[in-house]
Amino acid sequence: MIPFDYQRAQTPAAAAAAVAAHPRAAFLGGGTNLVDRMKLGVATPELLVDITHLDLDRIEELPDGTVRIGANVRNSDLAAHPLIRHRYPALSQALLSGASGQLRNTATTGGNLLQRTRCVYFQDTTTPCNKREPGSGCSALEGYTRYHALLGASEHCVATHPSDMAVAMSALDAVVTVQSPHGRRRIPLAELHRLPGDHPEHDTVLDHGDLITAVELPPSAMAARSRYRKVRDRASYAFALVSAAVALDLDGDHISDLRIALGGLAHKPWRALRAEEELRGGPATQEHFRAAAQAELAAARPLKGNAFKTDLARTTLASTLSDLAAPGPRHEEQR
Amino acid sequence: MHADITLAVDGEEHALRVDTRTTLLDALREHLGATAPKKGCDHGQCGACTVLLDGRRALACLILAVAGDSCQVTTAAGLADGDTLHPLQQAFIDHDGFQCGYCTPGQLCSAAGMLQEAAQGWPSAATTDLTAPPVLDDTEIRERMSGNLCRCGAYPGIVAAISTAAPHTGVPEGSR
Ligand SMILES: Cc1cc2nc3c(=O)[nH]c(=O)nc-3n(C[C@H](O)[C@H](O)[C@H](O)COP(=O)(O)OP(=O)(O)OC[C@H]3O[C@@H](n4cnc5c(N)ncnc54)[C@H](O)[C@@H]3O)c2cc1C
Ligand code: SF4
Ligand code: FES
Ligand code: FES
Repeated sequence: MIPFDYQRAQTPAAAAAAVAAHPRAAFLGGGTNLVDRMKLGVATPELLVDITHLDLDRIEELPDGTVRIGANVRNSDLAAHPLIRHRYPALSQALLSGASGQLRNTATTGGNLLQRTRCVYFQDTTTPCNKREPGSGCSALEGYTRYHALLGASEHCVATHPSDMAVAMSALDAVVTVQSPHGRRRIPLAELHRLPGDHPEHDTVLDHGDLITAVELPPSAMAARSRYRKVRDRASYAFALVSAAVALDLDGDHISDLRIALGGLAHKPWRALRAEEELRGGPATQEHFRAAAQAELAAARPLKGNAFKTDLARTTLASTLSDLAAPGPRHEEQR
Repeated sequence: MHADITLAVDGEEHALRVDTRTTLLDALREHLGATAPKKGCDHGQCGACTVLLDGRRALACLILAVAGDSCQVTTAAGLADGDTLHPLQQAFIDHDGFQCGYCTPGQLCSAAGMLQEAAQGWPSAATTDLTAPPVLDDTEIRERMSGNLCRCGAYPGIVAAISTAAPHTGVPEGSR
C-alpha cells in the first residue's frame, strides 16, 4: 500500500468536494472492497475520505410509499429490515446470498454498488488488464473466464459486475441519488453501471467526486412477489456464476407485469427486457418461461471457459419464473 | 502518514499512533499484543481475524485502524469472564470444535456475533420464510458460519458446539 491521508467527512457536500478536489482521492465506505484492492496494489488512493460517519444510515418510508435506503446502511441491516423482507424479498435474498455475515455487517449500500470486478487479472497487477490499466490489453480473452460475461461485453473487457444486491435492485426499479460537488441528481439504478465498450476503466456513469447518498425503491405490488436465485460453485460464501432476480404480477394464470434482472453475465446487472417483453400479458406456463429465457440468451457470446453459463442462465431464469408463478400461500417455500 | 487513535480492546482502553495503512488486525496484534485474532488470508476470505466491533462481528483484516478509531473491540480472549469460559468456548472444548486451533478465535467471535443476530430475528440465506423468526437448526448454523473456514475440517464439532451453546447465550427459546 502506498501512504495516504485519511479524513472523516462532515457533510455529503463536503465529502464530494474533498474527493473532487484531489485526483487520487477515494471515498471510504466499509472498506471491504477498497482496502482489499489497496492491499493488492490495484487501488492506490493518496487520500481516503471516510463517509461512514455521515448521517446516511437510515431506512425510511416516504409518504408516497417509496423506501429510501441511506448509502451507509450496512448490508446486514438492510437484509434484516422488516420493510425489505416483506415488500422486497428478492433484495433481502440477494443481500443474504452475498459474502459472509461478518462482511455484510461492514459493507455499505453505496460500497456494494461500486465494488469492482473480481476478474482475477484485474486483481493481479502483474498481468495486462484494460480496466486497471487502459490500453494494456485483456488477459481474460485467452485466460480464465468462468466468472466472465456472456452478454454485452467488448473486445476490450469481458468482466462481470460481482454485486448480488445490485441485480435485485435493478429488477426492483431502484433509483440512486447522487451528491456531486455541483449539486444533486438521480440516476435509475439500471443506468448506473455501464457496458465496457471502449472504456472498461469506467464501471459506472458517475464522475470522480460523485457520492451516492441513497437508493430509493419505488412502491410496487409486484415486488412482494419477487425472488433472487443465485447459482454458484459452493453452497455459500461464493460469488455468482449466474443469478436471477424476478418480480411477478399475476392475473389468474396470466402475467400482467414482471421484472427480470440477471447477474454474473455482464458488466452490469442485466435487465432482461427481451424476456420481459415476451412474457408480459402472456400465459404463465413453463413453455413460455423457457422460450423467454431462450430469447434473452440468444445474444450470448460465450468465451472458452464460460459456455456452460448460457444453459445455466436459461434454466435458472426459467425455474425462478416457474417457482414464483407456482400457486401457494408462501412463495418462499421452494427457494 | 500517521494518526492518533484510541481502541478499547477487551475492556481496556489504549491510545496509539498508527500509520494510516495499518489494519485493525495489525493494530491489535502488532501494536497491542492482542494475538487472539489470527491472520489467515488478510483478504476477507477466511474469517480467522473475526472480532466483535462495537458488538457486531467483523473482519479486522479489511478495516483500517484509523477508521476504527474510538471503537470497542472484543476478541476471543475477551469473551471469557475471568477464569470462567464463555459457554461457546466450553462447548468448543466439549464437542471437539477444533484441531490445530488456528481458526478457533475467529470461529468463537463469529459464533458469538451470529447468535446475537439470530436472537434479533435476522434471517439468513438458509431461512425459508423471510417473514417469520428464523429457527436456528444445523443448516442455519452452517450458512451463518460460512464466512469462517477451518483447514482442519472441524466443522461437525463446530456446528455441534454452537448448537449446544446457543441456549446459554441469550437466543430466545422460540428461535431454536
Ligand atoms: C471474501 C469476499 C466475498 C464476497 N462475496 C460477495 C458476494 O458473494 N456477493 C456480493 O455481492 N459481494 C461480495 N463481496 C463484496 C462485498 O459485497 C463488497 O466488498 C462490499 O459490498 C463493499 O462495500 P463497502 O462499504 O465495504 O465498500 P468500500 O470498499 O468502502 O467501497 C467500494 C468502492 O465504492 C466506493 N464508495 C463507497 N461508498 C460510496 C458512496 N456512498 N458513494 C460513492 N462511492 C462510494 C469506494 O470509493 C470504493 O471504490 C465479497 C467480498 C469479499 C471480501
Ligand atoms: S476482463 Fe476486463 S477486468 Fe478482466 S482482464 Fe480483461 S479488461 Fe481486465
Ligand atoms: S485474515 Fe481476515 S478474513 Fe482471513
Ligand atoms: S482447527 Fe485448525 S483450522 Fe480450524
